[in-house]
Amino acid sequence: MKKNMDDVRFWPGNIVVAEAAVAAGCNFFGGYPITPSSEVAAHMALLLPKVGGHFIQMEDEMAAMGTVIGASLAGAKSLTATSGPGFSLKLENLGFGYIVEAPCVVVNVMRGGPSTGLPTQPAQADVMQARWGTHGDHPTIALTPAFHQEIYMETIRAFNLAEQFRMPVILLLDEVLGHLSEGVIPPKPGSFEIINRTKTTASPEDYVPYDTSEGDVPPFAPYFAGYRWHTTGLNHDRTGFPTTDPDTVTFDEKRLMRKVTGNRELIDKVEYFQADDAEIGIFAFGSTARAAMVAVKQARAKGIKAGLMRPLTIWPFPNNQVLAFSKQVKTIIVPEMNLGQIVYEVERSVHSDMPIHRINRVGGVPINPSEILAGIEEAA
Amino acid sequence: MSFDYKPYLRYEKLPHMWCPGCGIGIVVKAMIRAFDDLEWDPRDIAVVSGIGCTSRAPGYLNMNTLHTTHGRALSFATGIKMHRPDGNVVVIAGDGDSTAIGGNHLIHAARRNINITMIVNNNNIYGMTGGQYSPTTPLGAKAATAPYGNLEPSFDLPHLLRGAGASFVARGHVGNGRQLSTILKKGFAHNGFAFIEVVSNCHTQFGRRNRMADPMNMIKWISDRAKPLKKFGQMEEDDKAKYFPVGVLFEEKDRPEYTATYEKLIKKLSA
Repeated sequence: MKKNMDDVRFWPGNIVVAEAAVAAGCNFFGGYPITPSSEVAAHMALLLPKVGGHFIQMEDEMAAMGTVIGASLAGAKSLTATSGPGFSLKLENLGFGYIVEAPCVVVNVMRGGPSTGLPTQPAQADVMQARWGTHGDHPTIALTPAFHQEIYMETIRAFNLAEQFRMPVILLLDEVLGHLSEGVIPPKPGSFEIINRTKTTASPEDYVPYDTSEGDVPPFAPYFAGYRWHTTGLNHDRTGFPTTDPDTVTFDEKRLMRKVTGNRELIDKVEYFQADDAEIGIFAFGSTARAAMVAVKQARAKGIKAGLMRPLTIWPFPNNQVLAFSKQVKTIIVPEMNLGQIVYEVERSVHSDMPIHRINRVGGVPINPSEILAGIEEAA
Repeated sequence: MSFDYKPYLRYEKLPHMWCPGCGIGIVVKAMIRAFDDLEWDPRDIAVVSGIGCTSRAPGYLNMNTLHTTHGRALSFATGIKMHRPDGNVVVIAGDGDSTAIGGNHLIHAARRNINITMIVNNNNIYGMTGGQYSPTTPLGAKAATAPYGNLEPSFDLPHLLRGAGASFVARGHVGNGRQLSTILKKGFAHNGFAFIEVVSNCHTQFGRRNRMADPMNMIKWISDRAKPLKKFGQMEEDDKAKYFPVGVLFEEKDRPEYTATYEKLIKKLSA
């Protein structure tokens, strides 16, 4: 694609998220300041009132998540952004979002942890928390873009998936992506798909809030539209009211999971780089995938057939795609900025005697291409 | 003709889950009477709650109702109110829910002066979880987690809210439903954050541990201590400790309301 330089915006990843969110139709942001995600909030505070949307900085992270779900139930497309400690605090209300089926997008710009950890430095150590952080069984969709153009498009996709499946969607960035500035060409309005939640066509008298007769995603009725439905974080039946009936609860929990497991073709997204003839496979996401891409090029220059697989949808995990990849390569190297997390999913996905190599780094310094190249050379 | 509560209630959900003699039912009735007096269409009302006995109230109200997580009702309500400033948003929660785990949201909603009415059913105890002491359990009173008497001083909620910047602070009690309804009506009509404490009875969890197992005894104990604000003001200082004032305790009508301020900003930026 030929770039017209007038169309290029040189933005940090956090600004890209905010710009893309508004382009996706986001009209509510509730947040709380936390490094290294705060620029998302600051930019939303700037943008939203100009387009008739609402921004609020709440008194804490839990409250921020509460506003996001409240606004969503009133019909808004809502966003919040945070980082590790704040993500931990948001988890209870995130679970509420799953059970009441409130579409929203939660950005976690990952920093070093545990606890306060390394506030200004990158990590990828919340990747399992994104899947399993809130208590109870629940589905998860989490996206891991690696480049700024991709952050733009994946932010839009996060909103679309949230709306399509009536659930929170997590956008996982890391401090490198959040603060690194890179050229982005925002697509023209109308040139990309925008999905809005399916609204009910039932009359207020006939409306059943969790009616799944037409599919696993119940049609939505916003508050103040004549539909007086009850919303609760208790397990509920199709009418929205609490139940402890084992069959009803089991049916509904399985339905929540099925929204994701039954729609993999609409949710999964994996990118490959030089993977067609690769003998040494790399599995990496986020900013680590950038380093991996450089390492692949360097390895190729040395005559080693390396190739990269990188998930843009990390949850649900692309087990089948990793299995297929593993059948073609001799080994898979999993570099990640933590002490070994997503590697377990890779190991679960491949046939049992497949050697999996780990490259791990904590300490707040990104994994650089030479480390991955060394891993490739060792494995070759 | 007797008042018809049916248009406001999910009748098929009755009987309710509260203990016989519980004060929450009185609060719900007073709310409905106030909604009716104001001619608020139930479709334009959202009632938001947290966790606990009081927070089960929305389930019986035939409106937009949201039963959220423990302590967080005001934050969900804030999101609703910001996105739909035209909707009437009411929060009802218990004392533990709204002043302990939700205390931060309480003071900040008051400071913001967002047009939400917050009703705290203060029965001085965590009822649903089995009678643990709350921030409003009186000093020395017994609770499941205060078997030797409560060692902690309690909140004076109207003072707390006044200090936090609420533009409407009132108190009613379950011994006088009619008066409570009048107070609630004023709170609902107030353009700004309206805080209403309802002194209520949990004879099951508080009363049984504190020699008031009979709900009527406990409601009498509450009623005997309630004094209209004016009368309370004329009391000797020593007597004041034995009573509490009821009515609208503080009201400031002209303070800018948060969502109105935000809508003004939107208008200015779009001009």
